[in-house]
Amino acid sequence: MYGIGKFRWITIGLIVFVTLPPCNRVALFSAEWPQFRGPGGIAVSGEVGLPVKWSATENVRWKADLPGRGVSSPVVAGGRVYITAASAYREGRLHVLCFDAATGEKKWERQLASTGSTMCHPKTSMAAPTPIADAKGVYALFATGDLVAFDRDGDLRWYRALERDYPDITNQVGMAASPVLVGETLLLPLENAGDSFALAVDARTGRNRWKTPRARGVNWVTPTVARFQGKTSVLFQTAREITAYNPDNGEEQWTYKGENLGSIPSPAVLDDLVIVPGNPSVGLRVSDGGKPERVWKSRKLTASYASPVVYQGRIYALTGIGIACLDPATGEEIWRERLGSGFSASPVVAGGKLYVAKEDGVTCVVQLGDKPKILANNALKGPLLATPAISNGAIYLRTEKQLYCIGTKK
Amino acid sequence: MIKGSCILLLLLSSAMVKAETPKDELARLQAVKREGKDNEAASRAWKDVVHRGPAMLSALLEAMDTADAVSSNWLRTAGDAIVERALMEKKQLPAEQLERFVAEKKHNGAARRLAYEWLCRLDPKTPDRLLPGMLQDPSPELRRDAVAAVIRVAETQLAQGDEEAARVAFRRALAGACDKDQVDLLVGQLEKLGEKIDVAVHFGFIRQWRLVAPFDNRKDSGFKKVYPPETKVDLQAAYKGQDEREARWVAVASKDPYGLVNLNKELGKQKGVVAYAYTVVDSPSEQTIQLRAGSPNGLKMFVNGKEVFHREEYHHGAAVDRYVAAAVLKAGRNEILLKICQNEQTEEWAQEWKFQLRLCDAVGAAVPFSQSK
Repeated sequence: MYGIGKFRWITIGLIVFVTLPPCNRVALFSAEWPQFRGPGGIAVSGEVGLPVKWSATENVRWKADLPGRGVSSPVVAGGRVYITAASAYREGRLHVLCFDAATGEKKWERQLASTGSTMCHPKTSMAAPTPIADAKGVYALFATGDLVAFDRDGDLRWYRALERDYPDITNQVGMAASPVLVGETLLLPLENAGDSFALAVDARTGRNRWKTPRARGVNWVTPTVARFQGKTSVLFQTAREITAYNPDNGEEQWTYKGENLGSIPSPAVLDDLVIVPGNPSVGLRVSDGGKPERVWKSRKLTASYASPVVYQGRIYALTGIGIACLDPATGEEIWRERLGSGFSASPVVAGGKLYVAKEDGVTCVVQLGDKPKILANNALKGPLLATPAISNGAIYLRTEKQLYCIGTKK
Repeated sequence: MIKGSCILLLLLSSAMVKAETPKDELARLQAVKREGKDNEAASRAWKDVVHRGPAMLSALLEAMDTADAVSSNWLRTAGDAIVERALMEKKQLPAEQLERFVAEKKHNGAARRLAYEWLCRLDPKTPDRLLPGMLQDPSPELRRDAVAAVIRVAETQLAQGDEEAARVAFRRALAGACDKDQVDLLVGQLEKLGEKIDVAVHFGFIRQWRLVAPFDNRKDSGFKKVYPPETKVDLQAAYKGQDEREARWVAVASKDPYGLVNLNKELGKQKGVVAYAYTVVDSPSEQTIQLRAGSPNGLKMFVNGKEVFHREEYHHGAAVDRYVAAAVLKAGRNEILLKICQNEQTEEWAQEWKFQLRLCDAVGAAVPFSQSK
């Protein structure tokens, strides 16, 4: 069990964490996977000893049935796994579930009735945005605009119905961008065909901190939090621009206007370089003056659903049929490897291996290096659209109806 | 002396703080306002309500009768937490009170459904006991489960070769069915058994329309602009439309089972334009209804000259019941006007220009109305 002392240390740790460069973050917080694409949203875990091979019966520590569909990822914090789901006719019922990360015991489940529109593309779900967890509990956003915070024991801390507050925010394809947390501020990209804005909410109370307009147009990009020259920025990307905001007050720090940038994958950051997925993708160097300068353009790195990942000085990005490794200095391709097709989830890295979850339920494990080596293709009954989470020496995989904890038995 | 007074004052104030009654706590959960403005007070009240345990369940459910959708979720999560913890601690739940609450149809449908779900956790045979009486239930979720239960019976009868019993059961299920997936299944089964079902009538789709176009919507300029039909419908009028083109009303009758009107077919394919669709329905009495529309285009809905819905979103799919608006039909003649805007996107998937509209109650069952042809 975690007492008050543990919470304090976790909080201090989180403050230290956001001030560290990404390469150091991994080692410090390898045990947690608190948000979409893990600590800092960089999709890299410091965990080692993860299984390379698994199946529905091999290397499964536990599995749990879920009460409904969803494409959101599980998140892990404080020994708990949180996940969202949507059920009932036209996904009118929303679920937040909490499991013991080690045993899979269900600790609690809460339900909401959808207060916003539940229309979406059949591939996605009302449970599309990945929740975000901290030592206090979990924050869950649904595509309906329902936004809720529970503490780790399932007590309701606060609740908002964003479509009541802002009636034109939802889109009929289905909102899917995930919130990010900076300190005590929850940042929400609400970019739609109707009312479009970035909203900052006080994570303690759920009340607004700031709200800044964004261009109208449906968009699914989860923001990326980064530090440039000692300043924290939150990067919001659409097909036409990428803009850095001060997370404290929503003031614009810089913007880069482009064409055919991705409206689904998130940008990746390596020191002062921002890798902006698009068709073509671009590399932006954020200088001392804070103005971004384009240093390369690459058609070898293309944008679809999955976000690129930076690991040990290289970019790894999914193509339509596999994985490409690129040089972040030039955007030039170093190698590429075929893995098949059907990628909705983003790839994640741990222990020098890349884990690529595919829609058909297969997760490819690829040894990274100067030459790639496919180590395994592990099949579960799909579909598998959610990005994996890595924590506690285990890989948490969410299929349509089940949550798996993949790890060697302890 | 002063110290003693201070302690007394503190004790008194502490007692006053704790004096909040269960009713006050529920009232706080019912009173949350926009943008999370009452979240702190509601969060404290939520914990207090949950702490009081199963004794609060009936009052909590009754509070949902008058709560809006947002407050209902505060109440719902409190109820779920009470039940979950009571079951874990093997505390007794007030099953008889809950079942009475489910049976009383005057209560809020979502609250009754919640009580029903708690009963199901206590006794897995609850559906067998309660669902048979719920085929016409005002709670959409209870009604849906009741329909599903009858479908299961009918399918078993069909598998056993008793077509007549199955036909009767499918018919009975259809009388309660409001959701498209269930209706489609039932209509399919009944048609295989030789029955003919008018799906449009079952759902309450409007099939008779007058259409007029084109008004200008280039650069999305037309959605907010008030063109003459929004001020007054004159079916004999000849309007100056886009680029001075004459726009006159034309009559159309949809033959689609779901009342779909394809404007590209009826008016000719056009981009960057606005069309209006007008109809008159006769209502046998004053009735609160829902207008449920489907369209991949920018859409406004007006009832008797009053705007009841707007959504400026293009080519993100179209489905039955995609958009829902509440309205009141007066007894007798009622005018319904739709504004359907087509944008200028050139992609192949962005060419549809169509709509469908049905009139139903809050459950989704067709309301009584008639149209002259």
